[in-house]
Amino acid sequence: MTTGLIARTAAEHAPGLPAPAAPRLPRRVARSKRAVAGLILLAGLFTAAFAGPLLSRWGWDDTDFAAFRQGPSAQHWLGTTQSGRDVLALTLRGTRRSLVIGLSVAVLSTGLAGLVGTVAGFAGGRLDRILMWGTDLLLVLPSFLLVAVLVPLLGGGALVPLLAAVLWMITARAVRGMAASLREREYVLAARFLGAGPVRTIVRHVLPQLASLLVVDASVNVSVAVVAESGLSYLGFGVRPPDVSLGTLVADGQGAATACPWPFAAAAGMLVLIVLAVNLLGDGLRDVLDPESGPRRGGR
Amino acid sequence: MAAFLLRRFANCAVLAVAAASLAYLLAAAVLDPRANFDGRAPRPPESVVDAQLTRLNLNDRTSLAVRYGTWAAGVLHGDFGRTWEGQPVNAELWRRLGVSVRLLSPGAILGSALGILVGAYAAIRQGRAADRFITFGSYLLLAVPVFVLAVLLQIAAAKTNDALGMHVFAWVGETTPGAAYGTFGALGGLADRVRHLLLPTVTIALTQVAFYSRYQRGLMLDVLHADYVRTARAKGLRHRTALLRHGLRTALIPMTTYFAYSFGFLLLGGMFCEQAFGWHGMGEWLVEAISRGDVNVVAAISFLAACGVLSAGLVSDVLHGFLDPRVRSGAAA
Repeated sequence: MTTGLIARTAAEHAPGLPAPAAPRLPRRVARSKRAVAGLILLAGLFTAAFAGPLLSRWGWDDTDFAAFRQGPSAQHWLGTTQSGRDVLALTLRGTRRSLVIGLSVAVLSTGLAGLVGTVAGFAGGRLDRILMWGTDLLLVLPSFLLVAVLVPLLGGGALVPLLAAVLWMITARAVRGMAASLREREYVLAARFLGAGPVRTIVRHVLPQLASLLVVDASVNVSVAVVAESGLSYLGFGVRPPDVSLGTLVADGQGAATACPWPFAAAAGMLVLIVLAVNLLGDGLRDVLDPESGPRRGGR
Repeated sequence: MAAFLLRRFANCAVLAVAAASLAYLLAAAVLDPRANFDGRAPRPPESVVDAQLTRLNLNDRTSLAVRYGTWAAGVLHGDFGRTWEGQPVNAELWRRLGVSVRLLSPGAILGSALGILVGAYAAIRQGRAADRFITFGSYLLLAVPVFVLAVLLQIAAAKTNDALGMHVFAWVGETTPGAAYGTFGALGGLADRVRHLLLPTVTIALTQVAFYSRYQRGLMLDVLHADYVRTARAKGLRHRTALLRHGLRTALIPMTTYFAYSFGFLLLGGMFCEQAFGWHGMGEWLVEAISRGDVNVVAAISFLAACGVLSAGLVSDVLHGFLDPRVRSGAAA
């Protein structure tokens, strides 16, 4: 795979600028095997999570009093739990939850990072110092503690905003750095001297340059949020019973996992598939959007 | 270097104090130790509960500032206060810290060393079967959360135990009770400890290997064809020596930053490992303390965790200076 290498050396003469005469984005994404694999996998997961429950005859909260802790059968494709709930329906419910939480956390946190970062970098001066000071302060806050303490107090709905609130800071710093350097670029200066206001300048001239960073960051945040949510639920701080998420399913299943692996295996497998799909998509997008980016890609 | 380190150290101390104070304020403002008394039968009278909570500095009817003042004064004297049951936090804290260190350190050391070697090896064999295998494996492992990995290993170990018909693997807790008093005495106790350590160590080591090897492979690829490695070869060094002495040493420098970065994740992973393997360490205690509203315990653990992460940052700076002479001279200037 020498394409990455060529793109890297080619991009060196103009870091931060898109490659000249680049083909349209969808076509470039389609050329990345990883991005396509991730997209297909993710689409499959979404379809299963949202359409699957409509086809299944068991609801996630139904109890089958005729089948406790059974293996897969024609009735229950993935067996039942100790309390007679259908494992497939539970897993799909948890998957839906994880997907929704992951996506909304990523959108929220990346949006916040983009907003704070561009404003701080573009405004400079006192506003910049205040915003960055606040960002640093939040970085010091023990984030696990913040989420674990506040979610039980505020209820399950607070999970998404809280996760987003602890994830945006590092990206905001990176965005601020880029925005501060973009501010001095000729075309941005030209736009400003031509009379464009700060909002228009940011939206039209600065944000497009930051888009690749933000897209890649959002995709990373999806998998971080999915793992964080399931981890918190696993420890008992996230989603509360009777509602289920992949984390609570893994926690419930692990006790009997050696004797009756189905509930655990289904939830754990889904969790791994989601993270894998999002990672694939994110790495593919990174390859396409900023080929000169660092060692994360493994130099391929 | 000394002045640079001193400045960094002062910075870290300020951050540690800030993190601990924020953790205390957050826990004290939100957690509710009073609820622990609700479930008691017969329920103690309000005045008794109040007196007990005040004695432990946990009373939510005292103003937050006063409670914080009492707590901070105690911490300055090295006293982290008491749990809601009235036990001193300090004694339990050091005991639990020992458990966590015993759980984490073998896996962390083994995993990071192995990860760097595996990553470097994959880079040298770029594109061949070994590289493909390592790259794919680490990619897959990175997608598996720690708690899933731990349970998967437990299932595999249970199957192996069944297949062999004997108890080869053990994974619940730190020791089997009474193991040190068996036929082999203290030696048997040690063997039992090692046996219990096996699966947690593999769990932590695997996650570390996946993380480090991925970064190390990329870094190593960058230096593989660098001029100075070619020079070292031209000078007459053997391929292996040139790569290890000149290549790997340079490729290690950026890893020091990742080391600091990954330390926090190591602590979090340790928390899940303790839960999954039933070790009574700091992570388990933190989870218990949050659900019980044990403010002083939460603050003490947060303080130690912050100190751990910050000193990992310091260590990475020292390592950076040790590996890269430019940092040393640059900082002295």
